[in-house]
Amino acid sequence: MALLSKLATNEQHGENSPYFDGWKAYDNDPFHLVNNPNGVIQMGLAENQLSFDLIEEWIKRNPKASICTTEGMESFRTIANFQDYHGLPEFRSAIAKFMEKTRGSRVKFDPERVVMAGGATGANETLMFCLADPGDAFLVPSPYYPGFNRDLRWRTGVQLLPISCKSSNSFKITIEALKEAYENAQQANVKVKGLILTNPSNPLGTTLDRDTLKNLLTFTNEHNIHLVCDEIYATTVFDAPQFVSIAEIITNDEVTNRCINKDLVHIVYSLSKDMGFPGFRVGIVYSFNDDVVNCARKMSSFGLVSTQTQHIIAAMLSDDEFVEEFLIESAKRLRKRHEKFTGGLEEVGIKCLKSNAGLFCWMDLRPLLKEPTHDGEVTLWKLIINDVKLNVSPGSSFNCPETGWFRVCFANIDDQTVDIALVRIRMFVDGNNDVKENGVAKEKQHWKRSNLRLSFSNGKYDENVMSLNMMSPNSPIPHSPLVRARN
Amino acid sequence: MKFLSKKATCNSHGQDSSYFLGWEEYEKNPYDEIRNPKGIIQMGLAENQLSFDLLESWLAQNPDAAGFKRNGESIFRELALFQDYRGLPAFKDALVQFMAEIRGNKVSFDSNKLVLTAGATSANETLMFCLTDPGDAFLLPTPYYPGFDRDLKWRTGAEIVPIQCTSSNGFRITESALEEAYQEAKKRNLKVKGVLVTNPSNPLGTTLSKQELELLLTFIAKKQIHLISDEIYSGTVFNSPKFVSVMEVLIENNYMHTDVWDRVHIVYSLSKDLGLPGFRVGAIYSNDEMVVSAATKMSSFGLISSQTQYLLSAMLSDKKFMKKYVSENQKRLKKRHEMLVRGLKKIGISCLDSNAGLFCWVDMRHLLSSNTFDAEMELWKKIVYEVALNISPGSSCHCTEPGWFRACFANMSENTLNIAIQRLKDFVYSSARDSDIQNHQHSNNTSPKKKSFSKWVFRLSFNERQRER
Repeated sequence: MALLSKLATNEQHGENSPYFDGWKAYDNDPFHLVNNPNGVIQMGLAENQLSFDLIEEWIKRNPKASICTTEGMESFRTIANFQDYHGLPEFRSAIAKFMEKTRGSRVKFDPERVVMAGGATGANETLMFCLADPGDAFLVPSPYYPGFNRDLRWRTGVQLLPISCKSSNSFKITIEALKEAYENAQQANVKVKGLILTNPSNPLGTTLDRDTLKNLLTFTNEHNIHLVCDEIYATTVFDAPQFVSIAEIITNDEVTNRCINKDLVHIVYSLSKDMGFPGFRVGIVYSFNDDVVNCARKMSSFGLVSTQTQHIIAAMLSDDEFVEEFLIESAKRLRKRHEKFTGGLEEVGIKCLKSNAGLFCWMDLRPLLKEPTHDGEVTLWKLIINDVKLNVSPGSSFNCPETGWFRVCFANIDDQTVDIALVRIRMFVDGNNDVKENGVAKEKQHWKRSNLRLSFSNGKYDENVMSLNMMSPNSPIPHSPLVRARN
Repeated sequence: MKFLSKKATCNSHGQDSSYFLGWEEYEKNPYDEIRNPKGIIQMGLAENQLSFDLLESWLAQNPDAAGFKRNGESIFRELALFQDYRGLPAFKDALVQFMAEIRGNKVSFDSNKLVLTAGATSANETLMFCLTDPGDAFLLPTPYYPGFDRDLKWRTGAEIVPIQCTSSNGFRITESALEEAYQEAKKRNLKVKGVLVTNPSNPLGTTLSKQELELLLTFIAKKQIHLISDEIYSGTVFNSPKFVSVMEVLIENNYMHTDVWDRVHIVYSLSKDLGLPGFRVGAIYSNDEMVVSAATKMSSFGLISSQTQYLLSAMLSDKKFMKKYVSENQKRLKKRHEMLVRGLKKIGISCLDSNAGLFCWVDMRHLLSSNTFDAEMELWKKIVYEVALNISPGSSCHCTEPGWFRACFANMSENTLNIAIQRLKDFVYSSARDSDIQNHQHSNNTSPKKKSFSKWVFRLSFNERQRER
């Protein structure tokens, strides 16, 4: 008998996709500089671990910010007791101010519009609940963050319609592609409620330029559909061009001159990437639509930010001097790391998409594919995991319309580990080149040598297959990336 | 054009109910001992503010937990990065042990069957997402917590069908009421997926008897449906009978190796027992692996902040402290409860006999101008605006009988509680006087309802005269 709901028993959460096998490999054999130098290096996790020292320093200097220290104790009971879904006023102000600073103070944010959510994961789902009914669709440029399949669709019943972006123009979103996707939906009788963008992009690491943003907004405005901008990586911009938030595009002038309906524009934000605080679950819905603010706020009851966290974040982000210092230093370190990594890759002939933001690179491994097919990509990926011992993320898991692209994260490991990763990549590429020269099919050789314990049925990628052999009886429970709310 | 979803534009969040309107009035004119002594006293908020001092003193003695440290070493980075939806193992272990402790260690819990959520609000909604498809129904005994209308129905599309409980038997759940509710759902073409009870009950403050629990298990076994036991108030039991968890009854009645075992799920939270609603600590406990698995994935939408998990894992693992805390907390709740019950009794108002919770279920039926919900609203408005007390009318809890109100006693100082009781006393006496005068003036025109009212009033005046003597 159907005792559980369809939601509980379908695979729409997407966690049984082969994508997560890389994680299993990592979990079975995690790299450690001293204890396991030959283990798998985790490069599939988009975390920002570069600037914790700055934050730890701040915490040491500001014991009052924690409600549990001697200095901060007097606030304990008020904070512990506070469950108002509006959130602590000082928290909302601090977030609004921080959002302004990270956008170069070019635009103002209203604390009254700051609504909490359980991480950006919760924020995205909440917006879908507010803007779309089951069966409605949202357009999303691909490649896109795999978590969207769960966050935007699973419990909401909303469909995702990808807009294909091509490497021929650096994966930029074109109005033509957008129009096409929209029209296809119309023909299939699917109601499109909006467009969701991640800007800066995951997995591309690029930012949208002002003109593109304007054009996208013109399109959504004309068609009376929503525009959701997930700006979770806003502060990870380390290079020109400067980040342009959608908030800058809908200034008063713009709105009047171009008849923009602000009620259709919404921003998702979070401290998980900018500050490196995914554990604290600070997600924000910022909407220019009063009704959405009200609705999202009521829904925030299902994922409020712990007041203990609100309190410390409020104190930290209100410290103007600290914030300014942090933003500059963090960007510096990201840039340095990005340069080091992409530089190292270039030396061995691997190109990355030119990017100016994010915690990852979008690597072009098409030259290494045996065949420019999905199978070819999966084969290469398994090699990288098992032979090169790097957990990277294949483009197919991001719904990339082209094969051969891989996302590799660089901000969650230290410098030494980056060096080791680069050495391994060099060895792999050199090895490949040797093999090529000897005219032997490289994949077959590697395949035989490798200790494959992956469980693909016919090596075919089927997102909806509930394959119970994903977890072999001897393997420990994997740290699926969706175990981490967002990666 | 319809821009927003149906969910955004409908009323299923239930926030236009009177329960929340009282809050709004309070927000406009909140009582403060010094700054606003005439303001509205908040008695609609089931918070436990009685034992913060105990927690604060623990914190003072345990600086490591407080300062992101473990053995003096900073673990800030580790915590900041920890977003594993399976939760901090140390925290889950400590939490299940604490839950067992509250149940007199008559049951033990396996931390692998525990799912952490952002508050019981999220736990309840998540369970609905796991157990019901849109349009399915859950049966709930009335009166029930007003928030359920939002938590269980709003985004899930589930329905609630009430199990009518009445004062005739102390609002206990009966077999016939269960069956009636089930049939009612059938009539409305709703597929019943389970029963949800709050034990101890909000708003009644009573614990379910063993008989009621056995009845529920028999019922769900027969109908092959689920039982959710929201035990959020389990640590607030201050009087006998002792708290009996549904887990205990499951084991005692040999349900362990039946399919019923997999269909009983518990919801818990630290918002009431420990008075920490701001920290958003909730949990689902289930013997069904699929429910645990699905709920764990869904918890991504509302995880508990890692710094909070860490702090509480340290606190809850201090078993000696927690034992002391629970017993002292219960003592204080008992005292407060007595204060309110006695104070109300003196002015002729009785409460349902209760042994748990942070509130009393107050019987004000005799103060109604008529036995209707309109009269209840009328009385409620008077109490909010004239008496300046925000209490919750029974209708907001879906009570079938007008005249019952929930009044909270653990979210204010003793002083404030006394003032609240005094205000109510003044109101009751002045109403009696007014009614006396009215009756005298209209002595030829006594409708039966007014008659019963004046009879009561006469009794009160008589008592008062006695006391003066």
